[in-house]
Amino acid sequence: MSGGWARPGLLRSALVVLQKDLLIEWRTRARLNALVFFALSTLLLFSFALGPDTRLLGRSAGGYLWLAIMFSSVLALGESFRVESENAALDGLRMLPVDPKAIFLGKAAGNAALLMILSAVLVPVTLAVYDVRALLGLPKLAGVLALGCLGISAPGTVYAAITARSRAKDVLLPLLLFPILIPALIAGSKAATLVLHGDAMNELGSWTGLLFGFNVAYWSLGVILFPSVIED
Amino acid sequence: MVKALRIALPVVGFSMLAIGAWLALAWVPAERDMGAPSRIMYVHVPAVWMMFLCSILNFGSSFWYLNKASLKVDALAEAGAEVCLLFGGIGVLLGSIWAKPTWGVYWNWDPRLTSVTVMLVTYAGMLAARRFEEDPDRRARVSAVLGILAAASAVLVWFSVKWFNSLHQVQSSPKTTYPELVFTLRWNSFAFLFIAIWFVWERYGLAMATRAGEVAPPEPPGVTASGGAA
Repeated sequence: MSGGWARPGLLRSALVVLQKDLLIEWRTRARLNALVFFALSTLLLFSFALGPDTRLLGRSAGGYLWLAIMFSSVLALGESFRVESENAALDGLRMLPVDPKAIFLGKAAGNAALLMILSAVLVPVTLAVYDVRALLGLPKLAGVLALGCLGISAPGTVYAAITARSRAKDVLLPLLLFPILIPALIAGSKAATLVLHGDAMNELGSWTGLLFGFNVAYWSLGVILFPSVIED
Repeated sequence: MVKALRIALPVVGFSMLAIGAWLALAWVPAERDMGAPSRIMYVHVPAVWMMFLCSILNFGSSFWYLNKASLKVDALAEAGAEVCLLFGGIGVLLGSIWAKPTWGVYWNWDPRLTSVTVMLVTYAGMLAARRFEEDPDRRARVSAVLGILAAASAVLVWFSVKWFNSLHQVQSSPKTTYPELVFTLRWNSFAFLFIAIWFVWERYGLAMATRAGEVAPPEPPGVTASGGAA
């Protein structure tokens, strides 16, 4: 970096992108509000679909919590690239001397943060509506949810970038994303159920391990593949 | 030579398949434990093998495309994905017909069945995404990315679903079965292989023709091409 401007490092530029996304979110808070109410109504719909059998609902609470987060994540991810397509903001972002990898890291972290805030709102509601207690303690539940939100947002950001400019983005994003998320859904629901109802067989470690592996796989694939998605 | 091969492949493939049907239905002795339904295996297994072969073709071409962009490689990836979907669909359908008399249900949450189905959905999603992308270069790049992600997800789905309990048959090796079975399975596999190669070939040709149409749209009638005598 002799002379001229020093190009900012990967993590620093990722942080700037993250800051920008969080600032946009904070200025309106429209996306988060919509997400929270969408997820809450999903949780209610599950309980209506199953009828008032509280014990059945309680046993499936972990899975429903994840489904609510996953359905809302499609809205969150789609929205995070809608703000970039408007006024060709993404083109502006690409023209800056910033590594496209940093754009991926920043946006994926922003989406993960949003989903984590959403889950923080959903947990007390789930515990109340489905009448369950976190037997292994709330910190463990928070850990599982954080891992899961990170796991959703890495492939989700790549797919949202792919579908953002497509004519049928509202259909394509869930069609592409949901099958990919199945391992995260399996591991996340199992782990959440174990945290809620106790872990007699000592399985929690392997399910969180799977969730962790999912994260490692998709965060690295995202860093590698995202630049070719947004290049023009 | 190439033209003759292109005609010979389907002729040989389908004739072998017809003979293979006789081999599998009449010649091979029925399997001791499972009886007649086990004969579905002779078409189910080759179909699933072709599906994997085509998915490897798609992954290879996707990877290749991201390293060196070329419309030919993209056409190969598209052909691979579509033929993969076709043979995978046949494999899952045949498997579920076999499962009804054997397991008593058409569908269960067996790891192989589930992960192959999820994999087919990801390929269907990729092909759907291709339809909505007009710019040929961006479409090729996006579908190469999707192809690599689909392959990664196939591996992850396999491991995650495997932790549910499994009902699926453990594969036999040629050593544990009788020679007629091995011969019929190999015969049918080669029949499927020739047909699969022919499908990929034809689909590749079709994809290249479509690209040619996109890159240089045909001139409307009434307009003479430059240099052409009207």
